[in-house]
Amino acid sequence: MPRKEIDIDCRVEHLSVLTEEGRPDRDMEPEIPDGLLLKLYRAIVLGRRFDERMLTLQRQGRIGTFAPLKGQEAAQLGAVAALEDRDWLVPAFRETAAEVWRGKKLENVLLMYAGYNEGGYIEPETKNLPVAIPVGTQMLHAVGIAMGMQYRESDGVVMTFFGDGATSEGDFHEALNFAGLFQAPVVFICQNNHWAISIPRSRQSRSKTLAQKAIAYGLPGIQVDGNDILAVYGAAREAVDRARSGNGPTLIECITYRLSMHTTADDPKRYRKDAEVKEWEGRDPLNRFQNYLIGRNLLSHEKIAELEADVKNEIKSALERFNERAAQANDSLNMFDHVYDQLPPYLEAQRSELQQELETKKKAES
Amino acid sequence: MEKLTMVQALNLAMRQEMEKDDRVILLGEDVGVDGGVFRVTDGLIEKFGEKRVIDTPLAESGICGISIGMALYGLRPVCEMQFSGFSYLAFHQLESHAARLRARSCGRFGVPMVVRMPYGGGVRALEHHSESREIYYAHTPGLKMVIPSTPRNARALLISAIRDPDPVVFFEPKAVYRAFREEVPEEEETFPIGRSQIVQNGDDLTLISYGAMMRPALEAAAVLKAEDGVEVEVIDLLTISPLDDALFTKSVQKTGRAVIVHEAPRSFGPGAEIVARLVEKSFLYLEAPVRRVTGFDIHMPLYQKELDYLPGVSRIITAARDTLNF
Repeated sequence: MPRKEIDIDCRVEHLSVLTEEGRPDRDMEPEIPDGLLLKLYRAIVLGRRFDERMLTLQRQGRIGTFAPLKGQEAAQLGAVAALEDRDWLVPAFRETAAEVWRGKKLENVLLMYAGYNEGGYIEPETKNLPVAIPVGTQMLHAVGIAMGMQYRESDGVVMTFFGDGATSEGDFHEALNFAGLFQAPVVFICQNNHWAISIPRSRQSRSKTLAQKAIAYGLPGIQVDGNDILAVYGAAREAVDRARSGNGPTLIECITYRLSMHTTADDPKRYRKDAEVKEWEGRDPLNRFQNYLIGRNLLSHEKIAELEADVKNEIKSALERFNERAAQANDSLNMFDHVYDQLPPYLEAQRSELQQELETKKKAES
Repeated sequence: MEKLTMVQALNLAMRQEMEKDDRVILLGEDVGVDGGVFRVTDGLIEKFGEKRVIDTPLAESGICGISIGMALYGLRPVCEMQFSGFSYLAFHQLESHAARLRARSCGRFGVPMVVRMPYGGGVRALEHHSESREIYYAHTPGLKMVIPSTPRNARALLISAIRDPDPVVFFEPKAVYRAFREEVPEEEETFPIGRSQIVQNGDDLTLISYGAMMRPALEAAAVLKAEDGVEVEVIDLLTISPLDDALFTKSVQKTGRAVIVHEAPRSFGPGAEIVARLVEKSFLYLEAPVRRVTGFDIHMPLYQKELDYLPGVSRIITAARDTLNF
């Protein structure tokens, strides 16, 4: 018998709305109120300037290692803007701008990367999980929350972020498999920034796209121009609506670029060419969106300057609060807080040991 | 009071807690329609439905990771690793996240989940089905590690574990699953996590054990009484982490001699931690070195030789006599 073709519905589309110069395809332009467009623009500017500031602070030794997000602002913000307050954000470790959009305080970001446990604080109403460093592990938490929402018959949605490298981790596959099977309301956002430290995307997988990996698990996958905030928003909106209406998860592959280094402990000159970086700098999401908004008469050069100044002030205030709180955060005994719901006796005893040690040290120094 | 096996007692605990608290969800491989490969979750999907008793795909890390997500959301997941020997795939999720999310979020989140696993040897199983690696979990700050030994304490401890606001790894001694029946009250009963129990009193020697090794320990104590006239104080740890060192310290300060029994390999096992604490707090009370009667520092052999690997009554008696005659 001749072989029969099995239809596995393996279409992957690529979505782009803005040209490189920031001109929109009118047919594809998503419906976004002007207020939201400007809020997004400000968030990109804040994301960029804060990231630049953090890099300076790190080089000055005032904060420690962190993962800069330069170039990925649109990929994060366009996606997270599609969420409502009752939805959940499950980040990896490069989504600072998305976390700030969802209520994380700038000074807590600084405190955390400056090595203070206090920086991990999350406001009670904020449905964000903390930063997740082990690559690819957080998606399962997102699926678990989503399955919890299904159980409670809530129409909330969970959005989770991860990189191209993470798609090689087993947990990515387990997460997509569970999500597809249980039709969990999850939106999986892959930030394909082309580099997993020094490993280029071409060395991460033979798959032609990362989006197509969704098909294997029975969910739709779409690829978008990750530096085109309108495309990211459009795809995210569609995926969030799909999840919210009970029609299951989606994988969105955002094609973007890590303009900066993996973390501040990394030296990209060792493994990639300046020419490539320059090329992607030419596709800066900030400039493209700016041009779009100017073209729509929503921005002027004056307004841009005003906004930059406002963002600069916001960062300055955050830095002042960070300095104040860092100066006060000298209680080493708080390392025993929150290990368990109640501190058990053996840990109380260990805490007392440390307390004595610190008091002895203090006396010796005075 | 009805006499139940450990399997039935665990089933009772889950059934009662699920009746009481609709946040409790079970998940794992074969836990639903099949009722669990040891039948521990038998009948529960019929009673509570497939939204609360979830048959998962074959993915241990997924099962644990999703349980973490459910717990963060506010549910009380009780997930099963089919055998402790297959739990290592999920270890990363437990060590890197379940054990840390409370501290990482400054208390905003807790992870009130239970991970149930059959553990231990003596059931003529295949390779990987007889492991005793409680120490991996005990050594992870942020987790709790509980090991019952009888039907009644298994039921009480499982309810306590489900109610605990922190992640609990719950090892079930599979050699005891159907080994004997014990009276288990229908009315719910709990036993605090972190507390050990003196199962019988004695002044001459403290014998500390847990899980499936409690029965040979008690048998050995009976022989020592009958043949040597020795009164052995037998302690059932019940919780490995946090260790109830106050209880065994008090006992050893009275008896001056201690023997610890566990099937886990000797080096770096729970016995080592107990010896360390006894030396720290009770050094001058010791009349003899503390002895550990354990599995060897090898992987358990295939089942023809497993009884030579596992601590048996005679090995315990020999160690006890050596300690008493020191």
